[in-house]
Amino acid sequence: MNSWWGRLMMKRLCRLVWLLPLTAVLLFTLVSLAPIDPVQAYVGARMSMIGPEQQAAIEAAWGLDQPGWIRFFHWLAHLVQGDLGDSISYNAPVLTVLVERFPASLALMGCSFLAAFVVGSGLGVLAAACQGRWPDRLIRGWAMVISVSPGFWIALLFISIFAVQLAWLPSCCALPPGVTQDEAHWWQYGRHLVLPVLTLSIYGTGPLILHVRQRLIGFLDGPSARHLRLHGMSSTRLALGPGSRHALGSAVTVHLASIGELFGGSVLAETIFAWPGLGQATVKAATGADAPLLLGIALVTVVVVLLGNLLADILAAWVDPRLRIMPQEETLPRLKRLPWLKASARLKTASRLKVEPKS
Amino acid sequence: MKTQQMMSLQVEALTLTMKGHSQPLVGPLSWRLEAGQCMGLVGGSGAGKSLVADALFQALPAEIECQGRMTLNDAPLSPLSMALMPQSIEALDPLAPVTQQIRRFARRNAEAVDPTRLLAQVQLEAEAGALFPHQLSGGMARRVLLALTLATGADWLVIDEPTLGLDPTVADQLIQLLSTLKAQGKGVLLISHDLVRLIQVADEVMILASGQQVETAPVAAFDGSGGGLKHPFSRALWQAQQWTQNPLTIHQGDER
Amino acid sequence: MKRVMVSIVSIVTRSDDTGKSYRLALFMAIVVTLMIWGGGALPDTMMAVNPAQRSLAPSWQHWLGTDLLGRDMASRTLAGLAQSLKVGLLAAALSTLLAMVMGMMAALNRSLDRLVSSLTDMMLGMPHFVLLIMVAYAFGGGTVGVTWAVALTHWPRLARLLRHEAKTLVKSDYVQVSRSLGRSNLWLARHHLMPHLMPQWIAGFVVIFPHAILHEAGLSFIGLGIEPHLPSIGVMLANSLNAMLAGFWWVVLAPGLGLMLVAFGFERLGERLRRQALPPDRGSSGVSPGQVA
Repeated sequence: MNSWWGRLMMKRLCRLVWLLPLTAVLLFTLVSLAPIDPVQAYVGARMSMIGPEQQAAIEAAWGLDQPGWIRFFHWLAHLVQGDLGDSISYNAPVLTVLVERFPASLALMGCSFLAAFVVGSGLGVLAAACQGRWPDRLIRGWAMVISVSPGFWIALLFISIFAVQLAWLPSCCALPPGVTQDEAHWWQYGRHLVLPVLTLSIYGTGPLILHVRQRLIGFLDGPSARHLRLHGMSSTRLALGPGSRHALGSAVTVHLASIGELFGGSVLAETIFAWPGLGQATVKAATGADAPLLLGIALVTVVVVLLGNLLADILAAWVDPRLRIMPQEETLPRLKRLPWLKASARLKTASRLKVEPKS
Repeated sequence: MKTQQMMSLQVEALTLTMKGHSQPLVGPLSWRLEAGQCMGLVGGSGAGKSLVADALFQALPAEIECQGRMTLNDAPLSPLSMALMPQSIEALDPLAPVTQQIRRFARRNAEAVDPTRLLAQVQLEAEAGALFPHQLSGGMARRVLLALTLATGADWLVIDEPTLGLDPTVADQLIQLLSTLKAQGKGVLLISHDLVRLIQVADEVMILASGQQVETAPVAAFDGSGGGLKHPFSRALWQAQQWTQNPLTIHQGDER
Repeated sequence: MKRVMVSIVSIVTRSDDTGKSYRLALFMAIVVTLMIWGGGALPDTMMAVNPAQRSLAPSWQHWLGTDLLGRDMASRTLAGLAQSLKVGLLAAALSTLLAMVMGMMAALNRSLDRLVSSLTDMMLGMPHFVLLIMVAYAFGGGTVGVTWAVALTHWPRLARLLRHEAKTLVKSDYVQVSRSLGRSNLWLARHHLMPHLMPQWIAGFVVIFPHAILHEAGLSFIGLGIEPHLPSIGVMLANSLNAMLAGFWWVVLAPGLGLMLVAFGFERLGERLRRQALPPDRGSSGVSPGQVA
């Protein structure tokens, strides 16, 4: 644990020790607060067919008659054993649902993540290189507009243009109707992936473009770039060489830290495109009062986002050595409020109060 | 004698003017710097010393116009035949280790550059090559900046305020380093307001008063009360520096 | 009254950057007021179901066309925007208020400070939209649910910023003197902290607002937000899917464009205010500078 990333990992692990339990408590509390009767959600329309005794029996069987904190520890104990409970809406263990749906989400989010990074940082570099001229204005305006456009609206527009008017691409699902996973060709899969990835990645480029542009301009206008330019380095070389470390290094960090946003976008995108991933399951769980599934998904995404942030921190310190934690670096002891300051202040103010006549 | 004649950086009537103004900011300045010599450039704050360096490198702000003739061995002066050591250590790239920065500047050099040897030349350990700028002390950072100018292989160095913010011992060492470079045949234009250290290395000193070149004096003139200096401003500048020197050395012990 | 008018006019007509911000702010305030008032005052007949005029393309009579039930899209968009703006305003106000309280509490009390920073860290560590869904779910969805969801999830960044500002204020001499004179924390917060934090607070509100309405629309879109029978942008877009697949593109274009334009205006205003009132925030997790919401 002598290297800087070892110290970083230790620091982050210590954080996780209190962060994860606190998060689990918060999530569980939120789900338990919901004014939805789980029994009713489970039984659904047949509620009228069961009497109050049967209802109480089901509640007892699920442990719903117990106080909240007992239910929490019950849930936690099962969680530690890898049991996340049963999903009501999919009629299967939550873990199975998660494992089944994770690959589709991973494909969608992974492709979007990469596409957004390539396009976003490319446009950002271009904008910085043309600072103040029309390509820069165009790209900046574009970034601004998409960062305030509702992502799901962009998806609907794409469907309207590419799927309905032009009829180039499919608008629904991961595969053509009637084709099973085994029969499918990879290109069928790919064709269905295009529109969701386009939607999701466009949404992610907005902040990235602005960030890369800002960082690169900051470097190119800064003293060290000026110094290199004075000694004969060309602007292109400057932007692609030393500048890339300034711009892209932090771009990776920002992009990784925005994985949570990406997942949020995928919830909407998967709903619109009927993509069989975790996002679609989230909506189904939330609207179908499927508390165990909702909790499970929330936990998975929290872990993914934490990992993303950890990776972002490591990369940030790798790119910028000023962020590395050095062993000799000790936090200065916080200055205690000085008692004499208190006393003298009181004295001063008291004397002033005496002199000033009261009106 | 003829080679001496050939190797010189000559500036005639260098005048810097703010666009739309008739009064020049700096100049007209004229000087001639020979290889293996050091020309000092002094003046009060805001006299336009750093602008002169920018003018040599054709890197003036857009609103300043530059007139005059700058030649190197009678050919027009190219910025690429000189190297600048800037005033601020911000000029170091914060995200690159020293060795990598040396390589960036060495790209211009026709000869292969060994970073370790270069670091040794500015009296830095080879280990310093792996350090990032934020890990360097002020004196080390200045030496790295000097190493960067050497990496370019340029024969003409423009050194801007090398001792600013350094403590006296470190500043003296840096000046010592500059005289070694001078002895190796580099032509040095040394911009500083630290006249006392300047005359330890310079052969001639050019004095600016609010942008005007009032005098170019040989170092020998800076002696005693400055009787050898022609212009009253030069004398005042010299006396002021001497006056501050003495009380400072007396009081230094009492301060802490 | 006259003096107020005169000072407003003199501020708005300033030719510098600040004047530009004030003009934009005044313009956005007028737009929002008109929309909320206009959306509420629309006669019911404008939005009534009219089977004779189903799915008409935009024309002089129906500027933005009609939907599958023959309702005028322009009126519905306006009414939907009014609804979204109302929820957004309330949620953003609650959120910034929460941020203010949290920030001041953290600055004035050390143990509360620890609590607030852990809570902030935790909230920022969670995927934003999932948290929104969870809170909306906890409140059982609907207009109430979505308002609370947005209000309870958008405060952390602003709270972190206000906490930082308040902490430097608390360290200053005059606050320390007041404290040693026996003033209560409440008094300090009201007289020393709040007036100084006002600019950041207002800037924070404007920055949060567009996010609030966008997230409200997102939640309504997936069915966890505003009730389906009320006009709202999210619900309208969710219902437009079938009409759009049938080729009636105008049912999609109008509501989204309206929402985007309002959000765009506030984003621009927020950008200006942020530059003027908020210092660049350099978080440890590489959050882009100045990002508040």
